[in-house]
Order: sequence, then C-alpha cells, then structure tokens
Amino acid sequence: MAKLKQDKSHEMGLHQEQLKGKTQQRFFSIDESENLTYFQSNEVDTSKTATIDALDMTPREINREIRALMEKGVGDITVDNPMSRHGVGVGILNRLNLTFSDSLGYFGCGLIDGPNVHIKGRVGWSCAENMMAGTVVIDGNAGSTFGAAIRGGDLVCRGSVGARTGIDQKGGTIIVGGKTGAFSGFMMQRGRMIICGDAGMNLGDSMYDGTIYVGGEVEELGVDCVPGEMSELDVRYLSSKLDMYGIKTPNGVEKMNKYVSGKQLWNYDNLEPSEKKLVL
Amino acid sequence: MSKDEQAFVVGDKGLDTDREEEIGQHIGYRYDVNLVPDLKYITPFLQKYIDKMGWKDLNWLEDVHMGYEEDKAAVFDRNVNGWVTIPDSIKLPDNQQERDMIARELLIKFQMSENHPMVDLNNAYRKF
Repeated sequence: MAKLKQDKSHEMGLHQEQLKGKTQQRFFSIDESENLTYFQSNEVDTSKTATIDALDMTPREINREIRALMEKGVGDITVDNPMSRHGVGVGILNRLNLTFSDSLGYFGCGLIDGPNVHIKGRVGWSCAENMMAGTVVIDGNAGSTFGAAIRGGDLVCRGSVGARTGIDQKGGTIIVGGKTGAFSGFMMQRGRMIICGDAGMNLGDSMYDGTIYVGGEVEELGVDCVPGEMSELDVRYLSSKLDMYGIKTPNGVEKMNKYVSGKQLWNYDNLEPSEKKLVL
Repeated sequence: MSKDEQAFVVGDKGLDTDREEEIGQHIGYRYDVNLVPDLKYITPFLQKYIDKMGWKDLNWLEDVHMGYEEDKAAVFDRNVNGWVTIPDSIKLPDNQQERDMIARELLIKFQMSENHPMVDLNNAYRKF
C-alpha cells in the first residue's frame, strides 16, 4: 500500500480534511499508483480455482461460500448445479472470475462491482440489476428488466431478452445478441444499449440521455426517442465491443441504427400544458 | 479561468438560455455524456488497471468524462456522489478524449486510495 506523501500533496495545493457546508475536502496522493483494487477488498489469485456444488445449498449459503473463498484468495470460482435459484452471485465488490454452469433465477448477479461472470444457461428477471463494474455474459436468453438501473460494466446476453431491458439505465453497456421486448431503454439516463436483432414497441421511451444501437427492426419508438447519426467512432466502438464477445449483427455494424434522446422532456415541469401536449 | 478552459466550460454554442446567461455557466453537463472512448489515448496506468481486472477495454470507465465544478476541471466520483478536482499541477490537453483518460486515471487513483471516504464508511457500516 502506498504511503501518503503529505509534503508533496501540500505542494500540489491539496489540503487536509476540511468540512465547509456540503463540500468535503479530502486529499490523496496522485502517486498512489500501485493500488489497482479497492482498499479493503480481497486480494485474489485468478490461478487459484475452486468449485461449489450448489445442489443442496440455499442461495444464502451459496453467496456465503463464494465470499469465504474470496477471503481465502481464490480468484476463479465455478458454481455447479445452481438449479435456477434466485439472488445468487450478488453483492460481489471484488475482482473475481465466476462461472455458473447452468441457469439462474431472478435477480442473479445484482449489485456487483468488478467481477467477470459467465452464466452457461438462462437468467430470470432483473439479472445484474444495479451492476457497477465488471462483465456478465449469459449464453442463453434473459427475462424482463435485464440490467435494471445498471450503472457500469458490460452486460451481455447472447440470446434474446424480455421487456424493459435496461430500465433506468445510468451507465454501462448492455449487449443483446437477439431481440429485445417492449419499452427497452425506458427512462434511460446514460450508457449504451446494443441490440443486434429487433426491438419491441416503445424503444427508449422517456429517455433522458444515452445511446441505443439497433441492428434489426424497431417496432415503434417511444416518447422522445429519436434517430441519431452514426459516427466513425461509433462504428469502431461497436466493432470492437461486439468482437470482444464474439457477437455478430445480421447486417453488419455499419448498417446499425442509432437512437438518442430528443431532449424534449428535459425541463418538462417548466413547460406550459399546451407545450407538454406537443412534446408527447 | 483561461480562454482554453472557458471553451470547454462554456462550449461552442455559448450560453443559450436567459438563466444560463444570468449565472454565467451551462445548466446540465458541460461535456458529451454519449462520447464513446477512443482507446488510442489510453494511458499506461489505465492499461495496467484493466489488465489487472481481466477486462479488454475500459469497462465502467467508458462513462467517466472530465467535467467542470466551479470552473475547475473535475471528475465525478459516483461512490461518494461528489466531484474530485483535478490538481492544478496537471497540464490538461486540448481535446476531450485525452482529458477523459486523465479523468479516468485520477478517479481510479482516488477510489483505490486508503484515504477515500468509502473506507471510513466501510469501517463504520459494513455488515460482513
């Protein structure tokens, strides 16, 4: 752990902790470059592997076992026989390679920050909700509210997903290899959604910001979701991202369509009733 | 604030609304939140970080951009819901992509520091 060099920090104009109103002033050294994981997280070795047979375990026991293995420094964990249990693989705030050999139920891998998860099956509702960082790759299909309120990281479903994909998305990248259901990107605020197949009705309804790329047909755009212009940087980004997960679009990345927010709903409360009608 | 800095804070279009004119700054983001990163500008430190995490690109850092707090370059730390000001000693380049990479590097260094506010919160409130 790097030791803080107070003299250098003071030279740089950073100061000792001082509270004034709602501002909290903290100082740290920009030389603390050897710390690449959260302070107090478990230092794990990805060459150390372990397998959990979850056949007769409750979700709580599975999660506790994963945590206990991380504390022992195991960095590559496989969970066999997850039996579509709900709420497993959640709350992992650590670097880790985690594999589920079969399907998960509802709320799998939620609230994670850092791990790389591979699910060799399907998932139920709200997979990876509130995900902060890391990667989650699902080989099969996924249920509704896939990646609800996701804030960061890559969430990938090689198959198709249900309705309200990425509802309230605040960051990160959701990639769907197949189709997505109605109201995908509902109230999206930031981040990117890449749909390789078709999208259901009301795509991007009431989105504030963010970007949706669609490779197939869109049944209908939602309120305030408008076509955007693809740039060369978008094409390069999409090619690199999809190649990373071995996913292809039916007509190629260049022919994908981009959708963004029309931003007519920004400052909505300040509009007159007649103006609100025009927006909607 | 230098003229170069003002171009980033005010933007190409200037201040649009009466309210913005009144307060002298833009309302909302002062950078393109949808700008996808250009990996050719990645710094050695960030490369080391993503290698350690086992990722092939910037992952969650794709959503991190350099913003401005009280006319000073800053980066938003979602873990503390506040801005981290970029030290004056760091010379900032004149394009957003390179600025974003500096912001990402600084944010990682702050978040991984033992002086990060989350460390105190963790000690006080962690359940397990």
